[in-house]
Order: sequence, then structure tokens, then C-alpha cells
Amino acid sequence: MQRGTNGEGRKFNGNEEEEEEEEEERNQDAWEKMYADDRSWESLQEDEYGRLRHVDNKALHHAQYRKRLRSASTTRIQKGLIRYLYIVIDLSRAAGEMDYKPSRMVVVARQVEAFIREFFDQNPLSQIGLVILKDGVAQCLTDLGGSPESHIKALLGKLGCSGDASLQNGLDLVHDLLNQIPSYGHREVLILYSALSTCDPGDIMETIQKCKKAKIRCSIIGLSAEVYICKYLCQETGGVYSVALDESHLKESVLEHAPPPPAIAEFAVSNLIKMGFPQRAAEGVISICSCHKEIKVGGGYTCPRCKARVCELPTECCICGLTLVSSPHLARSYHHLFPITPFDDVSPSLKNNPRKLPKSCFGCQQSLLDPGSMSVSCVSCPKCKQHFCLDCDIYIHESLHNCPGCESFKQSHSVVIRVSNGCLYSSGWMSRIHIEKKTLSRKLPKEETLLSLMPGEDNFDDRQCMKDDLCSKPPAALCHPIFLSWGNWEVLKLVICCRVQ
Amino acid sequence: MSPPVPPELLTDDVSLLMVLIDTNPYFWSSIKQSFPFSKFLSDVLAFLNATLLLNQLNQVVVIATGYNSCGYVFDSAGLVNARAESCLPELEKFLKNDASMSTEDTVNGVGHSLLSGSLSMALCYIQRIFRSGAGHPQPRILCLHGSPDGPGQYVAVMNAIFSAQRSMVPIDSCVIGAQHSAFLQQASHITGGVYLKPQLLEGLLQNLLTVYATDMHSRNFIQLPKPLGVDFRAS
Repeated sequence: MQRGTNGEGRKFNGNEEEEEEEEEERNQDAWEKMYADDRSWESLQEDEYGRLRHVDNKALHHAQYRKRLRSASTTRIQKGLIRYLYIVIDLSRAAGEMDYKPSRMVVVARQVEAFIREFFDQNPLSQIGLVILKDGVAQCLTDLGGSPESHIKALLGKLGCSGDASLQNGLDLVHDLLNQIPSYGHREVLILYSALSTCDPGDIMETIQKCKKAKIRCSIIGLSAEVYICKYLCQETGGVYSVALDESHLKESVLEHAPPPPAIAEFAVSNLIKMGFPQRAAEGVISICSCHKEIKVGGGYTCPRCKARVCELPTECCICGLTLVSSPHLARSYHHLFPITPFDDVSPSLKNNPRKLPKSCFGCQQSLLDPGSMSVSCVSCPKCKQHFCLDCDIYIHESLHNCPGCESFKQSHSVVIRVSNGCLYSSGWMSRIHIEKKTLSRKLPKEETLLSLMPGEDNFDDRQCMKDDLCSKPPAALCHPIFLSWGNWEVLKLVICCRVQ
Repeated sequence: MSPPVPPELLTDDVSLLMVLIDTNPYFWSSIKQSFPFSKFLSDVLAFLNATLLLNQLNQVVVIATGYNSCGYVFDSAGLVNARAESCLPELEKFLKNDASMSTEDTVNGVGHSLLSGSLSMALCYIQRIFRSGAGHPQPRILCLHGSPDGPGQYVAVMNAIFSAQRSMVPIDSCVIGAQHSAFLQQASHITGGVYLKPQLLEGLLQNLLTVYATDMHSRNFIQLPKPLGVDFRAS
């Protein structure tokens, strides 16, 4: 560099430096973005000696979780357990945008895949179908079905975007498809909408009213910005509208739709549904399957009513239309019916007096004593009074749905109602109800509740059922729980077992 | 606690074996002529010691499934030269305690033991191992069960099975009683474990060693007993 540069030169140099700096900033953005997105500095905290420490947000996390749990358990609402959901995926030009990495449609496909798996885990009796919006038209990718793999495979095979999206065409198609399903099912649409506009052939307001009339609950997750028509549609049909901020928020918004939604009031008529529990056919038997119209060897299920062979469960028998499930499928939704009570916080007086508390968590044997602070962080089950660590608390309520303490002692028994002599396929549904009562910790349901379960059942004798408390034994033959989308939560707590011939 | 293990030692499959032992006294007294509890215990202890010998990092936890309660009776973690016999005093304490909690005078048949409770406890313990970070041992659950299924436990057992399935924990089951157990058949079927009902209980140790001692990786290479059929009944 030259010595004695004049002011102007310096200024010039300065400008250049600024430009360089800007450029540098832009370069830094690229590699710094990872950290910026991560916000890793927010999880650091200075302790009293000035050292940097990781923030312990476990306690905070746990507090949030408990709040969620409490709000969920206090509001008792009827939920729709049998859902028929169409996922409408926008694969218009807008889905090719790269603001999500690598592109919107790839991110959406990934989230839909996770959603489908989670959905069937939580709603084993429900069915999903896929619809895509592309080139101004809506196209049905898969029909309603209960197999996650076939949907995911179909979606990943069709990933490519072009043209405009038409909300109206999508809704019309879904409306026609959902019109065919039985009345007990809850009709829902989840739209993942990338576009900012909709290119419709007619008046979309009419379509929205049509959906409202058909009681289709429409929810939309937008990927770009809030759009009035989407918001209006969700408002009208009782759905949820959200706009994703980033990928993790998108994931959160999508998965919010996995648990069963509250049922629409006027639609929530309680009714019983006929179901068949097919036997697994013996290996090596050759038969023509009714779903693929092909000859298959072994491994199928036989419809108990018409003896047709189907390949997988749950499904509807193609010949007689009976809903076919297996009892492990039903059992997957039991935790909705028998939620376990939230655990109580341990009172502060006990907390400061660790000697009165057990040393270790009842579930996992982890020491309850916090080595740093000498205080105890634990919760206890209000029923069995056992103490659990916070990690077990979360695991027990979110995944296990059993309290190990209550399950480990004889006294906890639930009321089980069994229907004997009832036969699904003969003249009537059930002739008598017995209540199998074991050491009863809960109140028996009132007579009205029981009556309202089966209105108009001629053989149903409520008096008999209340008196005949202890039925000697449940019917020895096949004994399958039946419950479905009837009634309020209280009644649903009882498992009705019905004998199937 | 054992000192931190260098990662190269973890290349071999390390197992965490959760063994649930049925201690229902009514069941054991019903078959004490043909297969006494003491013979059962000596077989199980030999099996547990063999498992510990297979790999020095293997961990064994024993949970007793009683008639009135469930409890941890043995945990090999943190013990130097752990030997399964050391669970005996704890087991005796548990059995005494379990008997003292009994309120019923007579029991119809052999009654049910609390399988749902011990399964839930085992799953909680396994979650704790999962939380301990990378390089944790591969967990599996082995139910040594004799009592018939308790219909009242159906929902709880199914919940436990689905939770095990979600966290990819196989539930192996070995049925000692006279009848097949529909619960355990479903548990092993859904979680991908092995279900076996030995023909002759005299050879229990051989069954345990040849079928259940193998870790998850080795199971790909051996011929395991195939289930004859799964009973999907609810209870």
C-alpha cells in the first residue's frame, strides 16, 4: 500500500472494506446459518462463578408437559375414534420453491410420511386417502385404506410439481369421495397448501358450504403466508388453520392432527357398529382373495360372516361390507378410553425432607435424589402413592399409558362389563349384560348411562344387569371387546365384550 | 458404577436382559410334584450366570412378578463379578412381603400374577437405559410365566406391548404352565420376540440356553422355534 494516501483514497478504501465486510457477512451467513438456526447460545447460562453452563431446561420442559397433561385431562370431550381422513397435498408450482430445504414438496412428503405412521398408531380403526393438487386439477392418489406402507409408497412415487393448485377442485373431489363412507365415521380433510392463490373453475364459496353441510372437517396447513380463503374454510367447517414458520413448526402442526379431534356436536350420535374379528387362515391354504381377485397361498383372514378371504386388517369386507378388525388393532385405541390420571407433584414439605421419601423411582429404580441440590424432584401417583422420576412420568403418560405402581398391586381393578349370549350375526346384538365386578375402586355407572348405551334393544334388561353383578365367568369362547364411537367418555370407560360366533 | 467403557469394546453385541419371574405361590404349589420352584430357580440362575459370562458387559435385571405385588430383586449393574445367586435373599424378602399382602383366604384355581405390572416396570427401566446415551446395551425382556392370563390385565398388557413395539424392545416368552398364554403369544408376535412353551420342563435350562441366551444380532443366524399360531383373543 502507498504511504501518505489522501483522504479520498482512504474513503474509497473504506468503502471497499465495507463492501468486503458485507460480502463476508453473506459468506458467514451460509456457514453460520446452522448455528443461527440452532440458537445454541440460548441454552447457555452463566453460573455464580461466571462459568458457562448448559441451561437445565428439563424442569421447564417437564412443567410445560404437565400443564398440557392437566388441560387435556380436565376437559372431557367426545372424540371421534373412527376417522376417514383425506390428506390433500398441493403439488403445484409453489411446492417446488426452495425456501424449505431441499424443497417444499420434499419436506411436505417427509412430514406426511411421519404423520401417516403416527396417525395409524393413534387411530388404528381409521383410514387415510391421498389427493394431490396439480395443473389446476385434483387427482386421487390412493383410496381410503388402513395400510401406511401403500400410501407412503404411492406418494413418494408421484413427487413432482407443476401448474396451479385449485382448492375448489380438491374439495369437490374429497367431498364426493367422503360422501360414500358410513355415517358413523368422522370425515376430515387435511390440506397441505403451498400456493398463495387458488385457481378455481367456479364459486368456491358454494363448495365450502357444501363441505360444511356434509360435515367434513377441513384443516389447512399453509407453507407460505396466511390466505383468507383458507382461514374462512377452516372456520366454517370447524377445522384448524395454521401457517408453518419453519420445518420443525411444520412438523409440529402436522402431528397435531394425529390425535382424534373433538367430535362435531350435532354429528356425534352414539351408535354401535357391527364388526367382525376374522380368524387367521391356516398357512398353506389356497384361496382366492376378495380384495385383489388373485389366488393366494395362506396367510389371509377369513370374514366371519361371508367367509371371504381378505389380505390385511383392518378393512371392510368387499363382499358383505362388514368392518373387519383384529383385537390388537382395537387395543391400540384403549388408552384413549382408559387414560391414566396425571401424577401429583410432591408437596414441598416432603421435598425438603428426603428421608420420608423412597430413595429411588418406582418405575426405573433411578435415584430420586438430585446429586447437585440435595432436593428431590419427583411426582407421585394419586392412586397407588408410588413415587416416580420426571422422565418416567413423561414416558408413562405419553407412551406406556399404564401406571407401573397401580398395575403392581392387586387392588386396582376396573369395571368390566361383559355381554354374554350376545351374538353378532344372529338375531340380536346382545341379550343380557353382566357386570363382572372385582374389588371395585370406581363407582359403578348409573343405570341411565347403561340404558343409553343400547336404546331400543328389546332383550336388554337393565334391572337384571344391575343385580346380576357377578357373572360367574365371561363366555369362554371368543371374547372380543367392542366399543366404538358412541357416547360420552364416561361410558366409554367400560369395555363391552361381545361373543362372536 | 462401572468405569466408562471405551467404544471399541462395544462393537460386540451387549445385551440388557430383563427377566420377569412368575412367583405366584398358588401356581407353583399346583405343579410342585412335577416341577418344583427350587428346580426352576436353579435353572434360571444357571441361565442368568451364563448370560453374564457371555459378555462381561452384559447386564441382567430380575423382576419378580408376584401374586399381590411386583418388585426388582436383582440388578447386575454396578456389581463386580455379579452372580445371580446374590438375588436369593432379596427374592425371599419379596416373597414374604408378597405373601403378607394377601387378603383373600381362598383362591379360585391358581389365580393370576401381575404380568402387566412387571412388564411396565421393565419398560420404565429400559427407557432409563435408553436415556443414558449412545452405546447403551441392547435391551430385551424375557417373561418366564406360568400363571394363566388375568382377563382384567388385558388393556394394561396390550398398552405395555405397544409401548415395547414402539421402542423396538422384543418380548421373549417362555411359558411354564399347562396352557398357552394368549397375552404372551401376542406380545412376542407383535414385538418380534420368541414364544416357546417347552414340552418337557426338565429340560428348561437347555431351552433357556439355546433359545433365549442369544443376542439380537445372532438370532438372524439360528433356527428359532416358530410359533404354531397366534391367539388374538382379547381375554
